[in-house]
Amino acid sequence: MKDIVIRDLSITLGEARILDAISFSVQAGECFGLVGESGSGKSTILRCLSLLMKQWQGEVRIGGQDVRAMPVVERCRTMQMVFQDPYGSLHPRQSVRTVLAEPLRIHGLDDPRGRMDRAMTEVGLPLAFLDRYPHQLSGGQRQRVAIARALILEPDVLLLDEPTSALDVSVQAEILNLLADLRERRGFTYVMVSHDLAVVDHMCDRFAVMQKGQLVEVLGRGALTGVPGQGARHPYARELIDASIAYDRAM
Amino acid sequence: MDTILDIQNLSVAYRGSPAPAVRGASFTLGRERLGIVGESGSGKSTLGRALLKLLPTADITADRMQFREVDLLATPEKRMLGIRGKRISMILQDPKFSLNPIRRVGDQVAEAWRVHVKCSKAEAREKALAMLRSVAIRDVERVYDLYPHQVSGGMGQRIMIAMMLLTEPELVIADEPTSALDVTVRMQVLSILDGLVRDRGIGLIVISHDLNLVRNFCDRVLIMYAGRVVESLKASELDKAQHPYTRGLLAAQPRIGGPRRPLPVLQRRPEWAEEVRA
Repeated sequence: MKDIVIRDLSITLGEARILDAISFSVQAGECFGLVGESGSGKSTILRCLSLLMKQWQGEVRIGGQDVRAMPVVERCRTMQMVFQDPYGSLHPRQSVRTVLAEPLRIHGLDDPRGRMDRAMTEVGLPLAFLDRYPHQLSGGQRQRVAIARALILEPDVLLLDEPTSALDVSVQAEILNLLADLRERRGFTYVMVSHDLAVVDHMCDRFAVMQKGQLVEVLGRGALTGVPGQGARHPYARELIDASIAYDRAM
Repeated sequence: MDTILDIQNLSVAYRGSPAPAVRGASFTLGRERLGIVGESGSGKSTLGRALLKLLPTADITADRMQFREVDLLATPEKRMLGIRGKRISMILQDPKFSLNPIRRVGDQVAEAWRVHVKCSKAEAREKALAMLRSVAIRDVERVYDLYPHQVSGGMGQRIMIAMMLLTEPELVIADEPTSALDVTVRMQVLSILDGLVRDRGIGLIVISHDLNLVRNFCDRVLIMYAGRVVESLKASELDKAQHPYTRGLLAAQPRIGGPRRPLPVLQRRPEWAEEVRA
């Protein structure tokens, strides 16, 4: 289990501040949510953590180590990302086996067969699916493959970028259960971006509210359920929570 | 009841596909708000499009497809042009894709009027400005001259609504009208649409995968599964749904403040796709 500490993460493009001195920390084994309107920079934070984006200032430490100083191989084995749209994140012409075998080959890990079988079992897919192509899978099955791909290098941290927003409610329930179960069994640290506060409330212990590249407030779960003293103070955070609750409950 | 739309046993089959996308759907619509929910692939959007005969690659069959005095099934394409956008209009999911990116938004709204009514450009402009005002856009003169990329998603969707309600249609079909919007904006857009529809007595069909949305903004809900309407009930009685599919969908939804145990997962039954609605 590894913790994450982010200090003064910023991106500036000319005049525009894309991310403005973002600081927060995530405990080892915690599920931390990032919420906010579209364009507020939630996904960008994940892209910075995973160094899919490199032009940022500030410091990110995972398990005490600076991510920029980590060699690539170690970084990939520390954190992995699951993307929003399983229709876009899997190569249409690669079978599930190819998708899962590639990281094992790159990292030169032993027993690729056994590892692939374990990853498939872990995400609840039959082993026969290793020979399928993405178009032969449903949306939920594709997202399971994307999660299996993230698990295959046995990372400590999973970065989840709206892992269920492209899926139907019934399929979303399966994926959320799978993610909760994996965290319990394997002790992953999750950072999860979502626009759905009901999902965040179901999965996360704490969450950060973002607006226009700024982190306006870090809140506990109590802010959603109305625990006295834990309510949101920032006006935008309050507006977002009120709107979500109204949407969830209004009759 | 003042019936706007009467559909009996509607089936839609895409050519070349083995199973029809919609099978034997029947419903009637008065001056009310009807929600159609279902998962992706359940045929809900196909059903919406079939009502406007917007499916050139599909075969539509029905016992009855009556819109007011018009028999939609027998109406030739030429006459459909006079109905689409004038008497029945459709609001699509994402304003980023449904507005023309290289024309000013105001002109696009005015066009909706000019296509159906003979008038001068200035008249159409006045009409469009008034309509934009009624969807709670401030500073309409400025907004009129903007291009779609210069407006936010919520504003874009309000412009879309203005365009679709300008001709005072009798029926509006909204296909996922707010799925592309943030929660904070979603409520605003919905209440504007709701207000206009109520004031003008328009029949509204909302197609959505979002149970919360239909529960909050519709009077009646049809639940579709695998091309069939499996259940039809009052939105306020959604919690009392009988069909196991509807109940499964409701239970699978995480709720704010809900318990943290694993969400119940829907167990699909093959007979749901076959059984005839009671």
